[in-house]
Amino acid sequence: MTDRLPTQAEISAEIEAHAAETKRLMDAGGAPPLHPSRDYAPYRSSILRHPTHELVRVDPEEVERESPAFGHTDVNPLESDLTIQHSGEPLGERITVSGRVLDGEGRPVRHQLIEIWQANAGGRYVHKRDQHPAPLDPNFTGVGRAITGDNGEYLFTTIQPGPYPWRNHTNAWRPAHIHFSLFGSAFTQRLVTQMYFPGDPLFALDPIYQSITDPAARERLIGRYNHDLSSPEFSLGYEWDIVLTGPKSTWMESEDADE
Amino acid sequence: MSDSATPAPSRRSYVQTPSQTVGPFFEYALPYDGGPNLVPGHYTNAIRLHGTVYDGDGAPVPDALIEIWQADETGTLVRNLGSLDRDGYTFTGFGRASVNLAGHYTFTTVKPGAVGDSAPYILVTIFARGLMHHLFTRVYFPEDADAHLSDTVLAAVPADRRGTLIAVADGTGPADGTGTDRANAAGAGSYRFDIRLQGDNETVFLDFDA
Repeated sequence: MTDRLPTQAEISAEIEAHAAETKRLMDAGGAPPLHPSRDYAPYRSSILRHPTHELVRVDPEEVERESPAFGHTDVNPLESDLTIQHSGEPLGERITVSGRVLDGEGRPVRHQLIEIWQANAGGRYVHKRDQHPAPLDPNFTGVGRAITGDNGEYLFTTIQPGPYPWRNHTNAWRPAHIHFSLFGSAFTQRLVTQMYFPGDPLFALDPIYQSITDPAARERLIGRYNHDLSSPEFSLGYEWDIVLTGPKSTWMESEDADE
Repeated sequence: MSDSATPAPSRRSYVQTPSQTVGPFFEYALPYDGGPNLVPGHYTNAIRLHGTVYDGDGAPVPDALIEIWQADETGTLVRNLGSLDRDGYTFTGFGRASVNLAGHYTFTTVKPGAVGDSAPYILVTIFARGLMHHLFTRVYFPEDADAHLSDTVLAAVPADRRGTLIAVADGTGPADGTGTDRANAAGAGSYRFDIRLQGDNETVFLDFDA
């Protein structure tokens, strides 16, 4: 390893090679990968942090088939509004992010915990190791929590996060995103992920987003602008549903794949 | 796919949402007061579960997040509310701890009773910067060697790697394999469970989606 950071062109070439390999496997009839491969060198931090042995496949037992219970003793309803945590209004474009958490059968994941965290409008996290020289906003922390409703629904009011630079390679920028942490009805459904915004010009360049090598899978992380969720003279609305399939889920050829 | 028309519900709409890394900046968001303390430290049967997370170079990982989920001392999954807002009394079975700058995590909990036919264990979930998708593993206890012989998950693990799932007793308490008294067998013990993401003695990680 040298101290020289790779260029974007070098990272992009690696991204393309991984994408081509996934396409080749899918063209040969392979199931599309649903998750990123843990071994994805274009994201340099993964190189020493992925297991090299195959995971050991086992049946979940009762502990794995259950999940912790969270409720309104754990989360204050006000925690879903990230714009009211300080004495003043945060800077930036106010947005609403709303959707449902569903299981693999389309059933709502009820009364479960969702946690989010994000950068502020300038692309800065309230984290002591974030060295990006963008201003902190004294009126924005960027942390929210909610408990899903009877239909698996959730709603956060927040600020459009900014893109920000990082040191994976030269001139590396993360597309704007909100981190999500989710629990299902089984611990095997546990998920930490990121929601992105439509049309971001940084998508093709970002090795974290591109670590999901199936384009259809990547799209599942993009919130959809929904004008009906926008509030007149107040905020813009994005809709994003999250699916947590249980253990024993298997990929099946879609019945209408021939359409 | 990104058509703005509302799609009719169909089987293929319900496909797993992909994972993304927890990234480096979760420290101000996910850890919370009391997260590592499933029981108070002065609780009679409290144990310490701790360890260090290492990368493929054997260097500590200073930005990992560990979650545990377990049964109570009787082997019951209690599913009580209150994991995020501990009252110092109610056991919920869930804990969360971030590692310190030396890659070290610590939980205060109890040794779970056996659930079903398996040997007693704690489910462990690992998140980290650089880790695209969390990893699951299990902590078993060294004094339960007999029960390990009939545990179906341990049986699925190659014998030469099985030891990575068994904690090391490193404190006062039972842990010498002789304890039969329940209170003694669960009391005041300390167990070390290091997690090696890669390389020599790599921890066994489990895939429950087989």
